[in-house]
Amino acid sequence: MSETTEKVRKTLARRYRAEKRFKAFGIGSIGIGLMALVLLFTDIIGKGHSAFVEYEIQLPITFDAEVLDVSDPRDEDELNYGNYQGVIRDALAERFPTVEGRQDTRALNQLVSTGAGYALRDMLREEPTLLGETRTLWLLADDDVDLFLKANEEQREDSRLNEKQQAWVAELETSGETRMVFNQSLFSYGDSREPEQAGILGAILGSLFTMIVTLVLSFPVGVAAAVYLEEFAPKNKFTDFIEVNINNLAAVPSIIFGLLGLAVIIGLFGLPRSVPLVGGIVLTLMTLPTVIISSRAAIKAVPPSIRQAAMGLGASKMQVVLHHVLPLALPGMLTGAIIGMAQALGETAPLLMIGMVAFIVDLPAGPLDAATVLPVQIYLWADSPEQSFESLASAAIMVLLAFLITMNTLAVILRKRLERRW
Amino acid sequence: METAQQLDKPALGTNDAARDKAINEQATMTQDTPYPDQTVGKPFVDDPKMRLRDVEVFYDDNQAIHGVSLDIGKNEVVSLIGPSGCGKSTFLRCLNRMNDTIDICKVKGSLHLESQDLYDPKLDVVELRARVGMVFQKPNPFPKSIYDNVAYGPRIHGLANKKYDLDEIVETSLRKAGLWEEVKDRLHAPGTGLSGGQQQRLCIARTIAVSPEVVLMDEPCSALDPIATAKIEELISELSESYTIAIVTHSMQQAARVSHRTAYFHLGRLVEMNDTETVFTKPEHDLTEAYITGRFG
Repeated sequence: MSETTEKVRKTLARRYRAEKRFKAFGIGSIGIGLMALVLLFTDIIGKGHSAFVEYEIQLPITFDAEVLDVSDPRDEDELNYGNYQGVIRDALAERFPTVEGRQDTRALNQLVSTGAGYALRDMLREEPTLLGETRTLWLLADDDVDLFLKANEEQREDSRLNEKQQAWVAELETSGETRMVFNQSLFSYGDSREPEQAGILGAILGSLFTMIVTLVLSFPVGVAAAVYLEEFAPKNKFTDFIEVNINNLAAVPSIIFGLLGLAVIIGLFGLPRSVPLVGGIVLTLMTLPTVIISSRAAIKAVPPSIRQAAMGLGASKMQVVLHHVLPLALPGMLTGAIIGMAQALGETAPLLMIGMVAFIVDLPAGPLDAATVLPVQIYLWADSPEQSFESLASAAIMVLLAFLITMNTLAVILRKRLERRW
Repeated sequence: METAQQLDKPALGTNDAARDKAINEQATMTQDTPYPDQTVGKPFVDDPKMRLRDVEVFYDDNQAIHGVSLDIGKNEVVSLIGPSGCGKSTFLRCLNRMNDTIDICKVKGSLHLESQDLYDPKLDVVELRARVGMVFQKPNPFPKSIYDNVAYGPRIHGLANKKYDLDEIVETSLRKAGLWEEVKDRLHAPGTGLSGGQQQRLCIARTIAVSPEVVLMDEPCSALDPIATAKIEELISELSESYTIAIVTHSMQQAARVSHRTAYFHLGRLVEMNDTETVFTKPEHDLTEAYITGRFG
C-alpha cells in the first residue's frame, strides 16, 4: 500500500464523519422547524375548531301581536321596534315555570343570545302570517351557555354560568332541547360585542378590498419601475442610488409606513380614516420593494441571447421588452407579486396607525367604507376579555392561514406552469 | 492581457522545444515588431457593398480595434479569422450597430452600407438592422413556435399584410435555410425543441425572412457537431448567391471552404486581407503565416 493511499484512507474516515455530522445538523434543523409548525397548528386548531360550531336552544315561540307590539308585520318601522326579547322571555318562562324572582328570571333570560331577537324579526318579515302563531324554533344560545355546552365535566366547574343556570342548561341538554350546528354567523357577520354573533366576513371583505387596492397599485407600478431600471435606465451613480434605496425600503419596519400613511395620505390628502383604500395605499408602499426586487430578478434571468436575437432582427427596445422580455419574466414577476401580497395580507402594524383597528359591525361594501382586516380582527379579538373570543381569534387565524397557504401554493403552481425552458 | 493570454495558450500538438520557440517568436513579434500601419494584401474591392474605413472601437479607455479599413463586396462571403480576443467579433458587431447595446462601447471611423453612413445620427438603427441581419454564436431561437420564430421579423417590420403572404415568407425562408422538409409538419411546435444544428438553421431562416442585404454570422458553427456544421457551410455557399455575408470563424478550414476573401485580425488590427486562396497558400505577413500554420492562436 502506497503512502498516499494510507494518508487518504486516514482522512477519508474523518471526511465521512464530517459529512454525517453535517447531515445530522440538517435533519435536526428541519425537525425543529417541523416541530414548531406542528405545535403552532395543533395549538391553533385545538383552540379554534370549537368556534366553527355553536349551540342552539329549542323553544316554542308565540308571535303574540300584543307582546311584540307589532300590528302589521309588513310595516318595516313597526317590525324593527318589535319587542322580540319579550316573546323569548315568555317562552323561557313557560319552559321553566318554577323560576321566580327578578334575579332568577333575569338569569334565565340570559341563556338565549340577544341576537336571537333579530332572527325572529327576520322570520316575521319573511313570513308575515306567523303573527299570532306558535312555532317551535331553535334559537342561538348565549356565548356562556355555548362555552358550557362545549366544555367537559371538569371545565364546566369554571363556567361563568351560576349554579341555577347550569342546572337549566343541563336540563335542556339532557332533554335534547339543545343542538350543535355549524357556526354560520362566523362567515356571515361582521364584528360584534357578543361573541356568538361575531363573524369574520367583515374582516375578510376588508382584507379583500385592501388587497385589491394593493395589487392594482403595486403590480403595475412595481413592474414598470423594474422594467425601466433594468432595460432603459442608464447605469450611473444616480440609478445606483435609487437601487440602494429600493433595497433599503424593503427593510423599513412596516409601522413606519403606517405613520407615513397617517401623516400624508390622511393628514395631507384628507382621505378618510379606517378605509381599505388608505390601507391598500400604505400596504402598496410596503409591498413595492418586494415586487420591484423580484421583478428585476425575473428580468435579469431572461437570457441576453433572446434580447440580442430580437435586436438583431431590428426590433426596437420597446418591442424587445414587450414581445420577449416581459412574457418570459412574467411568471417570476407574478410569483413576487403574490408573495408580496401574502406579506401584505398578514400585516397589522401599519393598519393600526391609519385607524383600521376600529370596532366595525357593518360589512364594508367597497374600498371607501370603514373596515378592518383579518390580522387586525385577530388582534382585536385576542385582546377581548370574553373567553369565547379566544376561540374566535384562533378560528380567524385558521382562516387567515388558509388564505396565505392558498396564495403561496398559487405562486408555486404559477411558477411551475408558466416557467419556460430555453 | 491579451498577450499574456496567448502566451498561456501555445499551439497544440507541438513538442516542448517547438512550443518555446513559438512563444519566443510570438513574444518578439508582439513586443518588438511594430504592426504594419498598412494592411497587407488587397482589402479593397471595386463597387463594395460595405465600405469600412479607419474603424476604431473603444471599451471605455481600452481600444479594441485600431484603424481597420476593408471592403465587403457584393454577394461575397468574407471571413474574419484571428486568435481569441483579436477583435473580429467586435468588428462584426459594428456592422449592424449591435455594439450600441453596450454602454461603454464607442465606435469611430467611416462605415457605409452602399451610400448609407451606418453611424449617421439620423439613421434609425431599426431600419439598419432590417438591412443587415445577424446570426449568433449560440443558436438562440425565441421560446415560441417555429412558425412564429420565422414570422417575427416580417411581423414587426410589417412586411406581410395577409396571413397568406406571411405563410409564404415563412416557407421560402425555411426552404432557403434548408429546414423546410424537416419541420413542415410541425411548424407550430416550439423552436427550442429542435436539435442544435436545426436551431441554428432556424435562426438563419429567421434572419433571412426580413430579406436583409447583408448577413453577419458570428461563429455560427462553434456550438455544432461536424455534420450540422457541414450543413450550415453548404447553406452559406447557397446563400451567397443572394446575400452578402460576413462570417467570423475560429476554424481556418471553414474559412477556406466557404469564403471568397479572408481577413486576418491580430490584437485589434487588420493584418492581412486577400482572396481566401492566397491567404492560405501564400500569406504575405509573418503573423498570418504563423497563425494559419498553427504556431499560435
